[in-house]
Amino acid sequence: MRHISIIFKRELAAYFNNPLAYVLIIIFSVLSMGLTFVIGKFLDLNDASLTNFFLFHPWIYMIFGPAIGMRLWSEEHRMGTTELLLTMPISPWEAIVGKFLAACVVLAAALLSTIPIVVTVYILGSPDGQMIFSGYLGSFLIGAATIAITCAISALTRSQISCLLISVFICFLLVLAGFPSVADFLRPTAPWLADLGNAISLWWHQSEMARGLVRLQSLAYLTTLIAFCLYLTSVIIRSKRA
Amino acid sequence: MTNRQSRPSFQLARMIEIHHLSKHFGPKVAVDNLSLTVQKGQVLGFLGPNGAGKSTTMRMITGYLPPSAGSITIGGVDMLDNPNTAKAKIGYLPESAPLYADMTVAGFLSFAAELRGLSGAAKKAAVEKAITTCFLEKVRSQSIDTLSKGYRHRTCLAQAIIHDPEVLILDEPTDGLDPNQKDVVRNLIKEMGKTKAIIFSTHILEEVEACCTRAVIIDQGKVVADGTPDELKRRALRAGSVHVKITGPGAASLAGDLARLGHAGRIEDPVTADDSFQGTVYPKAKTATGALTTEIYDLCRNRNLTLSELHEEPGRLDDMFRELTSQNQV
Repeated sequence: MRHISIIFKRELAAYFNNPLAYVLIIIFSVLSMGLTFVIGKFLDLNDASLTNFFLFHPWIYMIFGPAIGMRLWSEEHRMGTTELLLTMPISPWEAIVGKFLAACVVLAAALLSTIPIVVTVYILGSPDGQMIFSGYLGSFLIGAATIAITCAISALTRSQISCLLISVFICFLLVLAGFPSVADFLRPTAPWLADLGNAISLWWHQSEMARGLVRLQSLAYLTTLIAFCLYLTSVIIRSKRA
Repeated sequence: MTNRQSRPSFQLARMIEIHHLSKHFGPKVAVDNLSLTVQKGQVLGFLGPNGAGKSTTMRMITGYLPPSAGSITIGGVDMLDNPNTAKAKIGYLPESAPLYADMTVAGFLSFAAELRGLSGAAKKAAVEKAITTCFLEKVRSQSIDTLSKGYRHRTCLAQAIIHDPEVLILDEPTDGLDPNQKDVVRNLIKEMGKTKAIIFSTHILEEVEACCTRAVIIDQGKVVADGTPDELKRRALRAGSVHVKITGPGAASLAGDLARLGHAGRIEDPVTADDSFQGTVYPKAKTATGALTTEIYDLCRNRNLTLSELHEEPGRLDDMFRELTSQNQV
């Protein structure tokens, strides 16, 4: 636990000593709220709900998650500090978890920056607080999943750009898999494939939680996905050394 | 001091033991059945051509790379069974001295100290001591990415010694430093070598003579020589050979007489002029240091010849290095 917190603090400082984290948070904030107002026609809908706002999140995370997570191990590999870190008397999983948690703080800060839209719905109407909570919970878990995927990819390469591109592609597939147009296209020919697409799709889980439906299935899938990606990271790091 | 002298066994503690260590990268054998023991108080110079397996060996000793076969024991703790306990006993300076560029020198050392289990006042004291030992006072609050190579190297060295480890593994600690900085680092190693077990790799052979109590040369993953720097020097081909220039009547025909001396072997590069002889006499066996020189001196004195040059080659480490490691190349 102590080691996790030491690594966590260092990573967090590395994020916030760098303009990148602030830039990413601002971009997330502007995009998520901007898209809701402009494309989502937030005000025209006359509905005191943030469902549309939360539905944009998976699309933003597709790039935002990889942009936060790409430096996690790629940067260590590039600077050669992996060798320093892994010859310290700590376990690789402690370093992995510490780094992942620090990236999640950046994600949480980005979500916090969207508070103005929550304030707006409360001013304009009387929204369902539980729905907003479940939307944020889903959004956080999905963001964390995109970071965990990127974390595993970043262990593979010393190039942050390669990591970004590969991770964006994987996240794109995971978002798209359950998107209505894809599901509608698959359902007539292969209904099981459409169900599978829904089950693994970040978009589908988010669309459920944005409507206030927090299913055990969603929570289990997302936490398992995160745990699996972090485990995969440790396997990659170990196999790179062998 | 008296306490330590009365306990010689303490000095002989085996700090680093590696047995039959091998490492394969696919079909390539980087380290091949290598065994080494380093005791407390020993500074071992690790020599070998590029690609000989020095860095790979060090990476296995420090627990970074898992070995394909063999065992590593640090201060009695097995690296494979108890990696964290074994790693805690080691300070490691990797090749190229990697650092977190976004941190300050003091911040980085404090981070390293925390990972080494230090906290509070002990942590502060350790950071201060490392900063002083490695002469980093001037740059302590500077960001690492603004440091010159010499400072970067010393910052990474400071990280390696911050927990006062019993074992130090230093991969080319003087690489890229200017002569003054090299001197500083060599003196540091020499000083720390009194109380620790140190392995350091280098390409600079004079460095080994300057601060090692023992030198090991490896080639293609195998130990090809192991001994004190003096022992290794004596094993060089030219070691013990005597270069002479003798003048006087009859000196020109001296070659035969020199070759008949009790300890003499072959004679190389003989140059004869009217009244002088010049050449290099090799000893028959390398064990009789000085005997050949005495014989030549006596021969000249008995015949009233003038010895205008007499030089016994002590042997050079770089000769030895070349002889042992060049056969297999190109």
